[in-house]
Amino acid sequence: MTPFAYVRPTSVAEAVAAVGSSGTARFIAGGTNLVDLMRYDVETPQTLVDITRLPLKTIEDAENGGVVIGALVSNADLAYDERIQRDYPLLSSAILAGASGQLRNAASTGGNLLQRTRCYYFYDVATPCNKREPGSGCPAIGGVNRIHAILGASEHCIATHPSDMCVALAALEAVVHVTGPEGERRIPFAEFHRLPGDRPQDDNTLKHGEMVTAVALPAPRFGAHHTYLKLRDRLSYAFALVSVAAGLDMADGRITDARIALGGVAHKPWRDEAAEALLKGQAPSPAIFAAAADHILRDAKGQGDNNFKIDLARRAIQRALEQAAAGTPQVQAEKRVN
Amino acid sequence: MPEMTFASAAPDEIPISLTINGQLHRLDVTPWTSLLDLLRETLHLTGTKKGCDHGQCGACTVLVDGTRINSCLALAVMKDGAEITTIEGLGTPDNLHPLQAAFVEHDAFQCGYCTPGQICSAVGMMSEGHASTRAEIRELMSGNLCRCGAYTNIVDAIEDVMQDGRPAVREAAE
Ligand SMILES: Cc1cc2nc3c(=O)[nH]c(=O)nc-3n(C[C@H](O)[C@H](O)[C@H](O)COP(=O)(O)OP(=O)(O)OC[C@H]3O[C@@H](n4cnc5c(N)ncnc54)[C@H](O)[C@@H]3O)c2cc1C
Ligand code: SF4
Ligand code: FES
Ligand code: FES
Repeated sequence: MTPFAYVRPTSVAEAVAAVGSSGTARFIAGGTNLVDLMRYDVETPQTLVDITRLPLKTIEDAENGGVVIGALVSNADLAYDERIQRDYPLLSSAILAGASGQLRNAASTGGNLLQRTRCYYFYDVATPCNKREPGSGCPAIGGVNRIHAILGASEHCIATHPSDMCVALAALEAVVHVTGPEGERRIPFAEFHRLPGDRPQDDNTLKHGEMVTAVALPAPRFGAHHTYLKLRDRLSYAFALVSVAAGLDMADGRITDARIALGGVAHKPWRDEAAEALLKGQAPSPAIFAAAADHILRDAKGQGDNNFKIDLARRAIQRALEQAAAGTPQVQAEKRVN
Repeated sequence: MPEMTFASAAPDEIPISLTINGQLHRLDVTPWTSLLDLLRETLHLTGTKKGCDHGQCGACTVLVDGTRINSCLALAVMKDGAEITTIEGLGTPDNLHPLQAAFVEHDAFQCGYCTPGQICSAVGMMSEGHASTRAEIRELMSGNLCRCGAYTNIVDAIEDVMQDGRPAVREAAE
């Protein structure tokens, strides 16, 4: 690991100033992604700014009936929080589908949003990679790309965002609270992560020195009509090949509104509002779920090794919508898909 | 309050204190020293194992303020002031921790390399209190790989201790 200096600010303002004043300074929270990347020399910050002692560890009620989750609430504390389990079970479920007990204890809400891709080439400094070294090329295109994107990729990068939690946050339409050198702002979740385009080095729309202080959720919805369905190479402790967060508002046997977000398929959690609109006013049926899946995947493009993901995603979307409509969400400890 | 800055004898080193298995240690560490390396290389507490150094195996699992984490991905300097429990702090050869006794009783290992991490992880999982079924134990212990494949007996050992707090002698389980 490349040596670095260490500072431990005692306020958000100090932390933001410490990172903002140096292009090579970085925040560190749980460290479960950053320390790993530093060990591979993928990340080589000269200063680490330890934010773990800042008072951002509470989950508070918000005026709009929602909650505000502090950026330093651990993934485990968030998933097992009584109110989150009761009102946002989709979020609990997605978090518990990810990583391991130990990692969820260490990982933070903010860090989860900012975790980087698991693309093999990104991790291997002996290979080119446009995300790690802009302009050097993308060896995943035409290379080994089983885990890569089928939607929204560019000729510069076909990486995926690996988070499970963020897929649920996309479906729940969370808002990210940020404090930076220029003050505070709020970023709707759909605008937080970005597609690679010709700037794959930017995973998201944060500016250097901006810190995530909280993630806010709107008032609860969907009732029992939600699910997080994650498909992967082994039954636990593996990243998603394809995952689906689905939530349906239902009344009198009909879908009044729908939210569908996909993980493992794009540079960001993937939502398609037109496909969601297709479900509005419909009674749940295999035909309408298939139509929604087809719509979401209409522009899907395989890269070779990951061609299988298109069909897998189609079936995962349909199954997730069936689970959500029936009010029988996937149980993460239960490995059979119901 | 001003930002904390650190002064110490050697350049790059930062003074921290850690209570490890009940004993207070005052240490000077470089910021890039992992908790795992500090335990093994500096303090010679080699019960905690390094399997991957990347959070992928769980062999390095220890308890920090009672919570299980991967010590390979934790920077020691960030744990300043914490209480750390390693496998050496759980029991002694004459007085085994119930989980240690259960692992022996159930043959829950072959080479033993993953065992300290498995046991620390199981202690953490039990205090978290979210596992009651066998499927839940398996899911919540998935962060600990066992290359020897002793999983069935590991779950037996944990289930046994969860049921009555001490291992029971059992006929061939599965
Ligand atoms: C073996 C393994 C398996 C995993 N499996 C899964 C999985 O299946 N699903 C899944 O979703 N995740 C998985 N993860 C990833 C894990 O969820 C992330 O590593 C974790 O959420 C990152 O959080 P952290 O607090 O540790 O972040 P850190 O490592 O501390 O930071 C990550 C990045 O975020 C930045 N950062 C941290 N906090 C803030 C903040 N408040 N504001 C601005 N920037 C910030 C840091 O500068 C850094 O760039 C896995 C990780 C490992 C090692
Ligand atoms: S897919 Fe993106 S992250 Fe992977 S090698 Fe190509 S540019 Fe790098
Ligand atoms: S050594 Fe820490 S998880 Fe493998
Ligand atoms: S006993 Fe050998 S790795 Fe688990």
